[in-house]
Amino acid sequence: MSDHAHPTPVAHQFDDREQQTEVGRLGMWLFLATEILFFGGLFTAYLVMRWKWPEAFAVANSKMDVTLGAINTAVLLTSSLTMALGVRAAQLGRGKGSFALIIATMVFGLAFLGIKAVEYARKFQEGLFPGPGFVFEGATGRQVETFFSLYFMMTGLHALHMVVGIGILTVIAAMIRRGRFSPDYYAPVEISGLYWHFVDIIWIFLFPLLYLIHPHL
Amino acid sequence: MSSFPLLPDQASANAGSIDALFFALVGVSLFFIILITVLLFVFAVRYRRGNRVDREIRRKDNLKLELTWIIIPTLISLGIFVWSSYLYFQGKTPPADAMEIYVTGKQWMWKIQHQRGNREINELHVPLGQPVKLVMTSQDVIHSFFIPAFRIKQDVLPGRYTTEWFTATRVGEYHLFCAEYCGTSHSGMIGRVVVMEPMDFERWLATSGNNETMASSGEQLFRTYGCAACHQEASSSRGPVLAGLAGSAVKLQDGRTVIADRGYLQESINDPGAKIVAGYSPIMPTYRTTLNQEQLNQIVEYLLTMDGGVAATARRN
Amino acid sequence: MSHETAVEGTNYLNNGYSLRSWFLTTDHKRIAILYLFTIVLFFFVGGSFAVLMRLELMSPQGTLVQAETYNKLFTMHGIVMIFFFLIPSIPAVLGNFLIPMMVGARDLAFPRLNLLSWYVFVAGASVTLFALVTGGLDTGWTFYTPFSTSYSNTRVVPAMVGIFITGFSSILTGLNFIVTVHKMRAPGLTWFRLPLFVWSLYATSLVMVLATPVLAITVAMVAFERATGIGIFNPAIGGDPLLFQHLFWFYSHPAVYIMILPAMGVVSEVIATFSRKEVFGYRFVAAASLAIAVYGFLVWGHHMFVSGQSVYAGLVFSILSYLVAIPSAVKVFNWTATLYKGQIWFQTPLLYAFGFIGLFTIGGLTGLFLAAMAVDVHLTDTYFIVAHFHYIMVGGAVMGFMAGIHYWWPKITGRLYPEGWAKFSALVLFVGFNLTFFPQFLLGYLGMPRRYYHYPPEFQVLNVLSTAGASILGVGYLIPLIYLLWSLKRGKVAGANPWGATTLEWQTASPPITQNFPTTPVVTSGSYEFPALEEVHSE
Repeated sequence: MSDHAHPTPVAHQFDDREQQTEVGRLGMWLFLATEILFFGGLFTAYLVMRWKWPEAFAVANSKMDVTLGAINTAVLLTSSLTMALGVRAAQLGRGKGSFALIIATMVFGLAFLGIKAVEYARKFQEGLFPGPGFVFEGATGRQVETFFSLYFMMTGLHALHMVVGIGILTVIAAMIRRGRFSPDYYAPVEISGLYWHFVDIIWIFLFPLLYLIHPHL
Repeated sequence: MSSFPLLPDQASANAGSIDALFFALVGVSLFFIILITVLLFVFAVRYRRGNRVDREIRRKDNLKLELTWIIIPTLISLGIFVWSSYLYFQGKTPPADAMEIYVTGKQWMWKIQHQRGNREINELHVPLGQPVKLVMTSQDVIHSFFIPAFRIKQDVLPGRYTTEWFTATRVGEYHLFCAEYCGTSHSGMIGRVVVMEPMDFERWLATSGNNETMASSGEQLFRTYGCAACHQEASSSRGPVLAGLAGSAVKLQDGRTVIADRGYLQESINDPGAKIVAGYSPIMPTYRTTLNQEQLNQIVEYLLTMDGGVAATARRN
Repeated sequence: MSHETAVEGTNYLNNGYSLRSWFLTTDHKRIAILYLFTIVLFFFVGGSFAVLMRLELMSPQGTLVQAETYNKLFTMHGIVMIFFFLIPSIPAVLGNFLIPMMVGARDLAFPRLNLLSWYVFVAGASVTLFALVTGGLDTGWTFYTPFSTSYSNTRVVPAMVGIFITGFSSILTGLNFIVTVHKMRAPGLTWFRLPLFVWSLYATSLVMVLATPVLAITVAMVAFERATGIGIFNPAIGGDPLLFQHLFWFYSHPAVYIMILPAMGVVSEVIATFSRKEVFGYRFVAAASLAIAVYGFLVWGHHMFVSGQSVYAGLVFSILSYLVAIPSAVKVFNWTATLYKGQIWFQTPLLYAFGFIGLFTIGGLTGLFLAAMAVDVHLTDTYFIVAHFHYIMVGGAVMGFMAGIHYWWPKITGRLYPEGWAKFSALVLFVGFNLTFFPQFLLGYLGMPRRYYHYPPEFQVLNVLSTAGASILGVGYLIPLIYLLWSLKRGKVAGANPWGATTLEWQTASPPITQNFPTTPVVTSGSYEFPALEEVHSE
């Protein structure tokens, strides 16, 4: 599959392949900078609310399923590993290996989303989805609801990024199949990897903030 | 008020010093605007295309010149910064003997209650020469209490107390505006401030009130809602003891320490779960829907004076 | 009068006339034209809201519209002018057209992304317009909570969705520019040979990429809060309304620099070309753009001196606000010094640039009043603020846009506009602008709050003056619309370089060919090496 049968042509605005690669890489880094600020707004809101309502947030934290969260963390970290190996394989021109590793990454990504869906479903059943259906006994019910609205916004946005990531990897996998990459040209694989790792890192912050911190309880 | 004023009335003790700074800024601005305009015109005319003048340039850049026009504006700016910050802190620090008046904003009116109990709507009567501190909160959206003649303005927020103060220096009636956009009748949320001679003000207080101070109204509410059932002196009480609480440092369940100011007292009635006192459980229900904002103000005022008013004034911040 | 029938040869304009060739183009120049049409449309939409407001304010007790309608008018005026005219104005039109040409490239780094960002812009604008025509919005363009989340009865959620979408257009444009400037420069075009317009758009793009996402997530939270009734910003259920203000101004203060930095870039180009001199202190002017972009992120709290934020936070924001004024002052001084010993050619773009310098200086200096906390307490949320930011945004950004449109019109269209009419309308604009907004400084100092539908009768004289000025201003905007359209068919053919400018975009045909340059240019000197004019000798 790593034959050079269909080399992707350099786009007209570039002088050479190297320029195209550098442009793509810088573009992705800038996009990730934007993403950090995008999630940053939610993290700020979370920190301010947590500071304001420590007890309510601690109570809400205790409603989280740490086991599923931990499994998901492991799944996602593994997917980052397969992604990194997939990029490496592409760099070395090992089309088959690269294809398998990208598929594995997608499978882990889907597994993450599946587990997330189970968690969401349970939260719905327990009446912990914010809005009219929210049920929580106790003086700080509304603030527990605030926690869960932040939880759903942050993890929902993260899950959306996962979905987009799996979409990108589908395209990449198809391109690998068609032999579009070579050791000279594998930039799209590498750049997609950057994105995937970023989404992974966001989760590394979400997991402790949303699942693990519940002092004094 | 004349029909076409160009300068606003100056009717508070701080208005003069703020205007002085304002006009200093006008002076600085005029200097630079005139400087730039004159230079633009002189250069544009003298060096117009085709005009035969000396255009010999020794150097393209001039570091000394650049540094000059970086450093001089910086120094001017810093000077203004120090001056204005000094005035700002002065405007934020009410004298200890300031008379306190409660202000509640709601769409679209100002409700005012004096400590002696007198209430007014969209009017604020104050005595001449006496520092007055407004203790303000909102029961819906954000408003802003703006008295142009006193050069003061402060946003009024729901769920919090904010303050501003002034000493009126001229008898008369002045505009009172809401300055933070608050919905349909924002521009109708206006009123007047009436500055009176102290004697007239006393007479006004005596004739317009009902002889029940805010604190005593608060005490009655305290009884009506049975607050003492939990907040009593006995060591076994389910809630913290309230006498002497105001102004003291309170240790919270999560290890933080807060000062029991007005904001804390109000928050603890509205959102008892927010700051749990160390050693107690979060069992108190919220009184947010039970009490309206003015009743809350009265209870807070009662709590401030609870242990007989000793040192109560000192706790008010 | 010479009007040759066509500009000879193929160029980006006559390279295909089908709808498809426009709406699926990836040519940065055509995309710039698409943006130009869109934002001009929005400018006149936003302007018509302003006309209605000024008419309403002619009398103290409103008669023309209802209070609800008035509140919707100023909200929609702000949203349309800021998000759909000012922010995209110079970057998406002139930046799009010129950045690739100025760096000697064939296109932006991501041509398809560029087209996508126009579509995203149109989609966001459509959703916002949908909100405006199906009931409107009355929160003010600042959307302060808890009014917007819990009290307003208007179309908050669709408006937030529209603005959320539009934000991504801005982000993608900024990203494209940054990558282009970094990676697509022609051989020999080092950073300190770049035209100053490129420097200022580079700084603008940094702000777009790093500030816009915060606005996007903030309006998303407002929409979510409103839809589900949760309380991140609503204090009645434990939220914090000041959190909203911090997040909002973290974007919206830097957004001011998204509007003004590109205009500064235009002025630098115009001043250099029409005085035939490199801008004095080129490196300082370039660095000032970056300094403004960086400092711009640190001063948002000066919008909140009376909001109830801590006085110590206020102190820090106040001093930083003074520091951000310094690089702006540096630019003004350097532009002025550039004229010294230049060869000044009074053409319309230079008139607009002078207008910019004068009005921006007033706008900037009145900013010092507002950075001074003690004075700000009196002036904030009054007409003083309204006047101040219109001096920056209309006197500054729109004047800069007009300067740029006139300066590059021959390049974009291949035609010259009638110089007499252009000078006349520049003058009309300048007079109309000052008559509209200067009285508002006085109104603010007198204490007239902004967003007031009724006002005390003693403010009427100044309000009537302001309305009179606005009618002159309106005429000033209509004249250029007419003569610029006229010039498309009837204007004199411009030639490649009618101004004798030195930057790369003038070294190719007008209008440019689709690939911009026949061969990639090689740069061997700075952007502003003007050859000596033979007819002028020093004495």
